[in-house]
Amino acid sequence: MTVTDAHGLEEAGQHGGGGTGLPDPMHQFEIKRLVELDVFGVDASFTNSGLFMVIAAVLITLFTLIAMRRRALVPGRLQSVAEVSYEFVANMVRDNVGTDGMKYFPFIFTLFMFVLALNMLGMVPYSFTVTSHIIVTFGLAAFIFIGVTLIGFWKHGIKFLKFFVPSGVPFIMLPLLVVIEVISYLTRPISLSVRLFANMMAGHTMLKVFGSFVVALGLLGGWAALAFMVAFTGLELLVAFLQAYVFAILTCIYLNDALHMH
Amino acid sequence: MPQLNPLDWAPQLIWLLLTFGILYLLMVFVALPRIGAVIDKRAAHIASDLASADKLRRETEEAIAAYEQALAEAKQKAHAIIDEGRAKLKKEIAAERAKLEKELAARSAEAEARIEKAKASAMKEVSAVAVDVASDIVRALIGTAPAKGDIENAVNAARKA
Repeated sequence: MTVTDAHGLEEAGQHGGGGTGLPDPMHQFEIKRLVELDVFGVDASFTNSGLFMVIAAVLITLFTLIAMRRRALVPGRLQSVAEVSYEFVANMVRDNVGTDGMKYFPFIFTLFMFVLALNMLGMVPYSFTVTSHIIVTFGLAAFIFIGVTLIGFWKHGIKFLKFFVPSGVPFIMLPLLVVIEVISYLTRPISLSVRLFANMMAGHTMLKVFGSFVVALGLLGGWAALAFMVAFTGLELLVAFLQAYVFAILTCIYLNDALHMH
Repeated sequence: MPQLNPLDWAPQLIWLLLTFGILYLLMVFVALPRIGAVIDKRAAHIASDLASADKLRRETEEAIAAYEQALAEAKQKAHAIIDEGRAKLKKEIAAERAKLEKELAARSAEAEARIEKAKASAMKEVSAVAVDVASDIVRALIGTAPAKGDIENAVNAARKA
């Protein structure tokens, strides 16, 4: 697909909407190339998605730096927030992985803050929700899956394969159970990525649909849809936090499995 | 669904890797050590404060114990001094009293002796007076003075009766 094709789709999405007269709710997920880049034949264009990733990274960095600029013994408001997020993730890692998992705390912290920032940025009107793209969540999930598997083999060697052999089951059942265990292990990156992506996409599609209802129903009926949108926005803020939390805590649990088996 | 366009995947993955990688490095080397250092410093501060408070409390308890011991010792000492003083005083009083009693006894004995003597001499005089009076009465009654010896015998017999 060329760039002009993408623009053509975009135009259709904006105004066509499948002939219903309503705006296409999927239009908000469109990837727009802001700066065309081609690195060794690979499309590395700076897109709206990339822009919001950069914004999220910059916001997190600024937040931590500004919050900790005084490094007071008695923290101010912003410093308290930074410390609370630190303790929150640190406790999450300690509780779910154990003290030997604190090596991976910086990664979990970055992951949690990054996903949280991307989810929350998506709640800003006219912004782009990076985590509503399966490729982003799957990229993160696949990285975690491969990393955790490598940690498991590095830590336990070939014995890590025992992870797929449940203990205390009749020998005759083992072939079936090992297959089930392997399948459930291999589906982890898929479930992890689809959970986040589907939640974000569904929520934002819903908001868009009801947003268009507000306009379509006009001054008389639009209020009901608007009231629903207000409530639903609150729910979406909760989901944005919860999904970042779930993503981070599942990563902790996978990490715990790799470090301690079970 | 725009999410399923494979042409959009490469730029997203590349920028994900870039931004997440840089953010991770920033967190590991800049942000997290700062937050962790402050939290550790606070924990150490609180721990040392608690330790010094505990030390002070123990010192206070020791001081109180020492004070109470000193107080008990002083009380004991005071009691000893009081007892000693009382015993000494008692002894002195007893000695004084004994001395006084002895003196009084001596004096009363002396006085009794004197009274006895005075009584004896008075008695002797009474006899003489009685003899004189009797001889005068007898002379007045019978006109003659009896023998002095008879009168004396009669007076003595009458006094004895």
